[in-house]
Amino acid sequence: MNKVKQKDLILYSGLIILGLAAPYLFSAFKVQLTYLCVLIVLAMTWNLQGGEMGYNTFGNILFYGLGMYLTASVQVGMFFPLAEWTESGGEKTFVHTTAQYFQGIGVGLLVSAIVPAIVAGAIGYAILGLRGHYFAICTLGLGIAAGEIAGGIEIIGAGQGFTTPPFPAEIVDTEARGKFFYFLSFALLIGTFVFVKYIYGSRFRLILNAIRDNEDKAEAMGIQTMKYKIVGWMCSAFFCGLAGGIMGGLIGYIDSTDVAFDGREMGVFMVLMAILGGKGTLWGPVIGATLFHFFKEGLWTLILGWQYVALGVLIVVIVVYFPEGLMGWLREKYPERFGEVIDDKDRKAQVELK
Amino acid sequence: MDFLIFKAPMLMVQASLDGILLGILFALIAYGMALQWGVMNIINIAQGDLVILGGYIAYTMYLAGIHPAWGVIVSPIIMYFVGWALYKLVINKVVDRDLFISILATFGIAIVFQQLMNFIFGADVVVAQSEYGTTMLFDNSVTLPNSKIFSAFISVLYAIGLVIYMKKSRLGRAIRATAQNARAAKILGVDTEKVYAATFGINAALCGIAGALISITLTLHPYVGLPYTVRSFMIVIVAGLGNLPAVAVSGMGLGLFEEFADYILGTEFRIGAVFMLLVFILVYRRFKLSKKREYLK
Repeated sequence: MNKVKQKDLILYSGLIILGLAAPYLFSAFKVQLTYLCVLIVLAMTWNLQGGEMGYNTFGNILFYGLGMYLTASVQVGMFFPLAEWTESGGEKTFVHTTAQYFQGIGVGLLVSAIVPAIVAGAIGYAILGLRGHYFAICTLGLGIAAGEIAGGIEIIGAGQGFTTPPFPAEIVDTEARGKFFYFLSFALLIGTFVFVKYIYGSRFRLILNAIRDNEDKAEAMGIQTMKYKIVGWMCSAFFCGLAGGIMGGLIGYIDSTDVAFDGREMGVFMVLMAILGGKGTLWGPVIGATLFHFFKEGLWTLILGWQYVALGVLIVVIVVYFPEGLMGWLREKYPERFGEVIDDKDRKAQVELK
Repeated sequence: MDFLIFKAPMLMVQASLDGILLGILFALIAYGMALQWGVMNIINIAQGDLVILGGYIAYTMYLAGIHPAWGVIVSPIIMYFVGWALYKLVINKVVDRDLFISILATFGIAIVFQQLMNFIFGADVVVAQSEYGTTMLFDNSVTLPNSKIFSAFISVLYAIGLVIYMKKSRLGRAIRATAQNARAAKILGVDTEKVYAATFGINAALCGIAGALISITLTLHPYVGLPYTVRSFMIVIVAGLGNLPAVAVSGMGLGLFEEFADYILGTEFRIGAVFMLLVFILVYRRFKLSKKREYLK
């Protein structure tokens, strides 16, 4: 047991050191690395619903987009009138000082974590009462409706978009912006990972799994399933909101349907990454997101224009031929590594049954 | 918010007529969705994109100088084979699986379709001119494009034809048998694989007809497929599987809702209102069923 712990310690410290050193080692890829961190966070939080709870949601994009708009709105609204900012492309008339910028983004991120969690709690009771594909379609509708509605609201830029405050110009270091957002997202990644790992060792995860495997039975066993479903969704919303807030600052421009409530890209990516890595595992989404990101960044430029076709084909191939994901495949191949003890007699009996 | 519509009765007549005519078209798409859902137990997210593809077929004919109304005959024939090929390529592998897999797989297909249509037909909003003119009613205060009347008429015609076909023909009987119990049908000698392929083909053909009609009544754009999917999904969950009159009525209801939402909330919120309605319908059903300690299945 002690040996395993030591191995873990080496692994984790190695990864953290790698993560901290990454922006200096791969200085040109800071934006990509930030994306990767955010993608991993999204995949891990999706996995809490889709993998652990068995509620395949397309709606986590709602919290992501909400967080994005909230961070930017708070950051602007704290110091300047929001309506004028969006109307005139405000970054030209109003300039954040360095202190204002960081204060704004700090408070903004706080709001963008808490409000989506509250929203998830508020709509959770109604939405999470749906099951299976009805839940999937309902959340799909919710995400798209949010995008369409945000695209009609004047104060946050409506159809023409919302420019987030530019990084303070007083900081002369040109690398500072990239580093700032990278470390922010890396901190978020570590926070999410620690949280999810904590959940994986807790009773909460067992309850979520019970809900996934048979909700009626779980309820019959005396578990208040609705309570746990809502709490689970709120946890996801919390981290999705933060991820959205960081992405908004990084991209610098928020469009209602193409950046914030981007069901066509982010909303599908998070599902795909979790499935690619293997849903219902701790490391699956991390590996899936990393692989997917490398694949995307490597291939996107090669097949420019055809990337969405490739994405669609990829979705079909993964879902149809590879639904258990990488971790599921490994688990099938090396069950011993995953702590599953398989009795030889049992295996033979299984073969005979077939 | 604009409640002008309730003060002007003519505006209301206009919206109602538009809504009902549009709703009949939605009902046709929804009937295709109900068919494949009932028979194969898959939810096809690419439904709307099949519709748009059908529309582009009619639009291509229009560009070639043929009257786009002929699309209602050509488009379903082509789309039948598109659906059949789609079934053989992908759908046959997701039929017996979890519904979420079919949702995701067809979502992937939808993305591919959208992008290919974007390449082939361009990203502009297009419309095929039918030049049918307009009918004026009530002292010219209500205008009704004849193409809308034409499209509703054709939709009804095809729907009736399909119902008769499903009742009388051998394939129709086989489809209904498979929907009731696929295993029993198989034992009794129905080639379910063929039935599934035909069902998906018929669904695609229905989408093709609807698309051709949309190309002359509304507008086409590569990325507007998803709202049609959601509309048909909504109609199906309200009406139930395989109940054509109910599908027609809820289709018209949806059309009315949309036209009124368009006037009251403004055009920019139209699609948003459709998606919100979906959420509300599902949540309403969920609360109603949860009183009996049941849930939507």
